[in-house]
Amino acid sequence: MKILVCVSKTPDTTSKIAFKESNTQFEEAGVQWIINPYDEWFALVRAIELKEKDPSIIIHLVTVGGADCDPIIRKALALGGDEAFRINADSNDSFFIAAQIAEIAKQNQYDLIFTGKEAIDYNSAAIGGMISELVDMPYVSLATLFELNGTTATITREIEGGEEVAEISLPVVVSCQKGMAEQRIPNMRGIMAARTKPLKVVEPAAIDTLTSIVNFELPPAKAGCKMVAADNVPELIRLLHEEAKAF
Amino acid sequence: MSVLIVLDQSDNHIKKSAYEILSYGSQLAAQIGTTAEALVLGTVNDDLAALGKYGVSKVHQVNSESLNHVDAQLYTKTIAEAVAQTNASVVVFSQTHTGKSVAARVAARLKAGLVAGAASLPDTSNGFIVRKTVFSGKAFANISIQSPIKVISLNPNSVSVVTTDGTATVDQLSIALDASKIKVTAVNKITGEIPLTEADIVVSGGRGLKGPENWGVLLDLAKVLGAGTACSRPVGDAHWRPHHEHVGQTGVQVAPNLYIALGISGAIQHLAGVNRSKVMVVINKDPEAPFFKAADYGIVGDLFEIVPQMTAEIKKLKGIA
Ligand SMILES: Cc1cc2nc3c(=O)[nH]c(=O)nc-3n(C[C@H](O)[C@H](O)[C@H](O)COP(=O)(O)OP(=O)(O)OC[C@H]3O[C@@H](n4cnc5c(N)ncnc54)[C@H](O)[C@@H]3O)c2cc1C
Ligand SMILES: Nc1ncnc2c1ncn2[C@@H]1O[C@H](COP(=O)(O)O)[C@@H](O)[C@H]1O
Repeated sequence: MKILVCVSKTPDTTSKIAFKESNTQFEEAGVQWIINPYDEWFALVRAIELKEKDPSIIIHLVTVGGADCDPIIRKALALGGDEAFRINADSNDSFFIAAQIAEIAKQNQYDLIFTGKEAIDYNSAAIGGMISELVDMPYVSLATLFELNGTTATITREIEGGEEVAEISLPVVVSCQKGMAEQRIPNMRGIMAARTKPLKVVEPAAIDTLTSIVNFELPPAKAGCKMVAADNVPELIRLLHEEAKAF
Repeated sequence: MSVLIVLDQSDNHIKKSAYEILSYGSQLAAQIGTTAEALVLGTVNDDLAALGKYGVSKVHQVNSESLNHVDAQLYTKTIAEAVAQTNASVVVFSQTHTGKSVAARVAARLKAGLVAGAASLPDTSNGFIVRKTVFSGKAFANISIQSPIKVISLNPNSVSVVTTDGTATVDQLSIALDASKIKVTAVNKITGEIPLTEADIVVSGGRGLKGPENWGVLLDLAKVLGAGTACSRPVGDAHWRPHHEHVGQTGVQVAPNLYIALGISGAIQHLAGVNRSKVMVVINKDPEAPFFKAADYGIVGDLFEIVPQMTAEIKKLKGIA
């Protein structure tokens, strides 16, 4: 059985968000880069847990990005991936990224493709759905539990106002979130092993870009917090009702 | 040409988010000089002609029980077929669970540029540029879509619902449906609570409440406001509250009109899930709590003293005995 885990590089959540070149580019100075938390904690760790139960499982990792992604791919290998592909292209267009990953997927015939629920930088929650269409597999988004029984997966996912449990014959594409697994820290043995695991750099396929970023904006600065004295609760409620019209 | 608006439904009813995208899609259609039409999938018991009052001239339905569960593969084929039959050039979704499952897949099938998490109407004065939230609400990006067909998935709670006095014609589309490859074995709805992602008001508690036995003050406040309830991550991790209430970067993202934070410090990972709220109120005994920097209104004080007074005051205002 072969699992593909899609990992992306994102700024650490505590990074200061700023832009340069007349707000057309993200300011990377001083930013700490991490594996997108949903990819690392939930998609990758769940794949590793499945492999721990069944050592014949092979885990491939894929990322679309430049050489600056290599450190996060090495970390993902250290956690437990077997082999990684980096598609050497920089793009923010979801279709371009998904189509590149779909090319890898078509060549390698995976039984399972895991993505994170969304990338914490551009928050589109789009790549998994796009890949599934391009490789013509069922898609289960926002999964919170994943169990494998032979070639049947039992998946719990979040739906509006609750959750749904479903059975699906592999192959399937799954977007993963909290509940799927618990965060892990790579150990020394994993870090050493990762150095010699294959990281294949692949040139991108010719794919159209359908969108582009014109520029960024920061939200208008808040007027500041209006403080109300602790002994004047009625004033807070009056402000919420009359000024903010919040209820 | 038309703008096709794909409406969310569950339990045979149109969802609140659907009214927002009806207004949004109708305004967009007026802006680009075309008609707005809605698409309803599955069996729905609501009066579909009445959706005309949100600005659409036609409502198309594919009335099949097999569409009552959202299977992205089946939905995508069906929606793409509806796009072809209605000759739509823009397809609008709501970035809800359903939208997150389907919009991107439809975009890939149509080879249409996608903006997921749109925050306002496109600028069509020169091209087609849509504003969306990025970095968990800490910034916006303006995205230009270059493809002939465009797909937009609108963040819930980002536009107001506008009504007119129109009615719509309703027709059934004839689309052959594939069998679903997903066998749903159980659906567990959280009953008796307002789903967090749909709540207009959210009252949320953190470690400052000290323990699950103290949640009564928060629940009383939520009740008088008709609010959904949420919590910080440590509260969910400690099982003081159910996991599905945990908001933040790793939990649920909410964007209500009013978010009331009780005994929550306002860590950046918490704010990432709530900072698209219109108005934020913080009650915290520590004047240095970072949440005050993000909030609109605040009281420095002991929540156990302040919250019951808030509840009493709101009751008075609403005339509840
Ligand atoms: C990668 C990562 C992801 C994370 N994701 C999330 C996430 O999704 N959601 C999330 O919430 N957190 C998340 N966290 C955790 C986050 O960093 C904070 O630790 C957490 O939000 C703190 O929860 P809290 O505010 O309830 O508790 P605390 O930080 O302990 O704050 C309690 C607050 O209550 C106040 N207080 C105490 N007693 C009273 C009283 N009687 N009256 C009034 N105020 C009182 C205190 O002054 C204090 O400010 C994440 C952390 C990491 C590292
Ligand atoms: N550049 C990328 N390379 C590989 N996987 C990606 C990339 N961008 C996003 N993904 C995957 O797709 C998921 C959803 O991302 P997004 O659609 O961008 O919100 C992420 O959690 C990743 O698993």
